[in-house]
Amino acid sequence: MADAPSNTTPRRRGNGLFVLACLLPALVLFVVFMIVPTVNVFRMSFYTWSGFSPDMRFVGLDNFTRLLDDAQFVRAFQNTVALLVVVTVVTMGTGLFLAAIMTRQRLRGRPLYRFVLYVPSVLSVVVIAAIFSAIFDQENGLLNGTLRLLSLDGLQQVWLGNQDLVLWSVAIAMVWQSLGYYMVLYMSGMASIPEEVYEASALDGASAGRQFFAITLPLIWQNLRTTLTFFVMSAVNLSFVLVRAMTGGGPDGSSEVLLSYMYKQAYTNSSYGYGMAIGVVIFAFSFFVSLLVSRATRREPLQF
Amino acid sequence: MTTIRRTLTYVLVTAIALAIAVPVAWVLLASLKRRGEFYGSPWTLPEGLHLQNYVDAFVTANMGRYFFTSVLVTLLGLVFVVAVSVPAAYVIARYEFRGRGLVEVAMLAGLFVNVNYIVVPIFLMLVGWDRALVEVFPGGFFIDNPGVLSLVYAATSIPFTIYLLTAYFRSIPVDYEQAAALDGASRFQIMTRVMLPMAKPALTTVLLFNFLAYWNDFIIALTLLPGEGKTLQVGLLNLMTAQKAAADYGRLYAGMVIVIVPVLIFYALIQRRLIEGMASGGVKG
Repeated sequence: MADAPSNTTPRRRGNGLFVLACLLPALVLFVVFMIVPTVNVFRMSFYTWSGFSPDMRFVGLDNFTRLLDDAQFVRAFQNTVALLVVVTVVTMGTGLFLAAIMTRQRLRGRPLYRFVLYVPSVLSVVVIAAIFSAIFDQENGLLNGTLRLLSLDGLQQVWLGNQDLVLWSVAIAMVWQSLGYYMVLYMSGMASIPEEVYEASALDGASAGRQFFAITLPLIWQNLRTTLTFFVMSAVNLSFVLVRAMTGGGPDGSSEVLLSYMYKQAYTNSSYGYGMAIGVVIFAFSFFVSLLVSRATRREPLQF
Repeated sequence: MTTIRRTLTYVLVTAIALAIAVPVAWVLLASLKRRGEFYGSPWTLPEGLHLQNYVDAFVTANMGRYFFTSVLVTLLGLVFVVAVSVPAAYVIARYEFRGRGLVEVAMLAGLFVNVNYIVVPIFLMLVGWDRALVEVFPGGFFIDNPGVLSLVYAATSIPFTIYLLTAYFRSIPVDYEQAAALDGASRFQIMTRVMLPMAKPALTTVLLFNFLAYWNDFIIALTLLPGEGKTLQVGLLNLMTAQKAAADYGRLYAGMVIVIVPVLIFYALIQRRLIEGMASGGVKG
């Protein structure tokens, strides 16, 4: 990203005006619709406000102390963490494994597989929620219908209506959505590893598993690290949009995640200040987790 | 040993590909079924082409109208984001000016601000503007305005767009611009006639990702267009809610197909570019 000074246009008269004219529209939009709202999230978290009345009262950290006693908030927090851990481990693990075997074994029809695997990444979350509602539908869904067909009626479940199951149903939808994306990403990373490295280690008698841990993984480590950091943030958001469209946080708050709870407080409950305090917590939380992941995975970059 | 392993790999990868393809294909097929066909085995093929579902979805459920809104909002958003980001990225890449470092850092930080956090303040801000201008626009102007929605789309994708374009502009040798300047081209001409055509690959990547982001969004659209003129995604969300009450599967599945098919066609046409762009440009999940 560092730019050589020689790469910039030499100073000419009137440059300032040109720069300003080019920069201003983007900056105005960016400040008005991104910086100001972001600052407002933090500012509003110190107030109680119903949104539409002019009555806005400063309450300091009250909103945050209230959060600690809010059982629904604690539950939403637990759900978010559970989803993050499970979905990250499953998606990353499976994605890496599949990418490795597909790259190493030079399967025929790779373009076709790649095409299919990437499809969920271009579908909207509403469509994915609708697809999974159709799969999980209690009466005529794909899953229960198939179980009935196989005379496994006992295994039928109310996938989205059972408090103990609903979070897992959401997790399955999340993995379904993101697995292909990360696989394709890792495949392109692994494809750039030269074949000679593997040939040399094969001569030394290294098994496929050993090659994976000794060659593939270290060489795509930087790639993996970046995706992991981004994944945490996008998973927080994905869990929200999916829950919002698929379960609405129900039944009885059992699939509520942090962002969906924030929306509920802000719109349904009209406690904008309280909602924004939740927003601040999520912001801090995902920033902290990303930082932690980034720190924990730091290694000396390897070259080949 | 290797043959067994290869077969196993094929089986595994095929199973995963099927797990992705089957639900999508199932929805496509189910959209052609009659009401009575939804009961019983989910694996039966539709008895005939029951296109009434599509008529229901397009006309009764207003999906036709929502489709038009979605096209309009997406196109406008793309026009806005390119119009403001290309000049900004160009001067960031090529001109020395005070505060450039600050602008770059701000854009980089903007990459980490997700829209989901800030929709509520954006909504309140627009409501506030509407209230302040109630004399001029008694019916409100900012809420329920597709143009404003596209502007918000454009604004929220500015950091990503500028980040990608700036990097690409920097990778182009400065010689072309110097030659054009010697030939007497103005600064504006150099930007639009010389640099813009050369930045086409980066521009395409940016357009692809922003198209998907705008077309697929529903959180911002849900918040900023609460009235009659909805986007497709919000319309589909309404169909889902209606289906839960009335068990009208056919209309819902037809609605889903209406939303899925344009994206699938688009994806089939540009998939190579999309995947390459993802691998090289940015990680955007």
